[in-house]
Amino acid sequence: MRRQAGVVLGALVLAAGVLAAGLAGCSGGSAAPGSSTGGAGGSLTVFAAASLKSSFTELAGMFEARHPGTDVTLSFAGSSDLATQISQGAPADVFASADTRNMDKLRNAGLLDGDPRVFATNTLAIAVPPGNPARIISFADLSRAGTRLVTCAVQVPCGAAAAAVAEQQGADLDPVSEENSVTDVLGKVVSGEADAGLVYTTDIRSAGDKVESVPFPEAAGMVNSYPVAAMAGGNTAAARAFVDLVAGPEGRQVLERAGFGAGTP
Amino acid sequence: MTRTAYTGVPRWLYVLAVLAALVIVLPLLAIVSRVNWGNFLPLVTSESAVTALGLSLRTSAASTVLCIVLGVPLALVLARGRFPLLGLLRSLVLLPLVLPPVVGGIALLYTFGRQGLLGGTLDVLGFQVAFSTTAVVLAQTFVALPFLVVSLEGALRTGGQKYEAVAATLGAPPGVVFRRVTLPLMLPGLASGAVLSFARSLGEFGATLTFAGSLQGVTRTLPLEIYLQRETDPDAAVALSLVLVAVAVAVVALAYRRPRSVARQASGERTTAAAPAGGNVP
Repeated sequence: MRRQAGVVLGALVLAAGVLAAGLAGCSGGSAAPGSSTGGAGGSLTVFAAASLKSSFTELAGMFEARHPGTDVTLSFAGSSDLATQISQGAPADVFASADTRNMDKLRNAGLLDGDPRVFATNTLAIAVPPGNPARIISFADLSRAGTRLVTCAVQVPCGAAAAAVAEQQGADLDPVSEENSVTDVLGKVVSGEADAGLVYTTDIRSAGDKVESVPFPEAAGMVNSYPVAAMAGGNTAAARAFVDLVAGPEGRQVLERAGFGAGTP
Repeated sequence: MTRTAYTGVPRWLYVLAVLAALVIVLPLLAIVSRVNWGNFLPLVTSESAVTALGLSLRTSAASTVLCIVLGVPLALVLARGRFPLLGLLRSLVLLPLVLPPVVGGIALLYTFGRQGLLGGTLDVLGFQVAFSTTAVVLAQTFVALPFLVVSLEGALRTGGQKYEAVAATLGAPPGVVFRRVTLPLMLPGLASGAVLSFARSLGEFGATLTFAGSLQGVTRTLPLEIYLQRETDPDAAVALSLVLVAVAVAVVALAYRRPRSVARQASGERTTAAAPAGGNVP
């Protein structure tokens, strides 16, 4: 009995500690909305689609070098996750989405400062494991019986694009798995579980020699646009400057190196 | 509660206890508050939802059976066996309880995947585990097995071996002792362990997503369906979450009703080793 009481006591103390830590975290978070505490130039919080990770990390470094005293904090995740977080009050000053749908969600909610600008495009690509064990040489091979194809689910942008290309080509894709994110698709190809996966050109570029790509001219008709916008009520001066950098010639250079196509300036 | 035993719990602790309970209960209430009741039925009875729930129940049942078949011998060995490295074995068996599920998924991938440790052998035998319902069951068994082993081992230890010893001195061979004495004695512990394994299997998400993939009717269990629905239809995700919460509440209630009677029956303090179903349901 006494031992049990000890256990209960321990659990309660632990719970209280967790709660206190949680509350501290909460209050820290709620002080931030709308931005900028500390630092002469303030801080800039950028929410960006996962596929922008390497490019935006480089651009953020560039921005900080050019605006001394401004701290850029980057948060990468799936575009719809980020859009949900922002609409629930997450403190973002800039949002860069991998599709227009999620940007439109925030625009319709009146959360944007001005109009979004399309700064990059991405096209689908066929990724196969090194050595191409299933000998996939064209888009048509993906619907060959016995091919273990992995795509994104239609609910996410990469899956919607894959479905659109398949419809354009009159192809009947029969994937063994429909993943939630393009990184999950890539993971299945890299590990050799899948014979082929439909990912973005930039994913193949960043995967290096862990995957090979198969020519996919049919994808040119299905281009994914990446819009970026400053958020209303944030550190708007810095946010606009960051958007200018991303959509400007230097941003173009960095993004091109990662495999992105040009946006519509 | 007519006993007025000294409890030694100062009043201010109750305040913290209430806070602690709120930490768990409040988010659940938040789900309930977000449910779109007008559309609840159509949302949870949509074709994809029903398929996912059916798959979840089937795979969880299969992995529970697998947990019982594999977990009972393991729990017996851990509770009764005497050999070096027993402690190490116990720690290893408990690992899935604390491992992030995605790590479990990666580990399974490199075990049963095409290029995994056993992948080549399985391929030769004509088994293709990846992207199959079998992969889902394997992932669930991996994360749920410790729940069964832990609660059963606890029950076996507190039960002690006096009855077995008596049976043996009366001339019963080991096989009979196991069947007639050990097995009936551990049934309540086994039942609660099995229920917890089932609950853990039902909530399995990370390992499944990493290892088995996600395809309607084949590998997309209810947690994966919720995760996917959240992308486009938050209302559906919330409604399905509530379904899983309801199932989990029922299962936990079932599991914790039993051990108490066992404890009384077996007398002595019994620390229920079983932890509640690990929640990584999105």
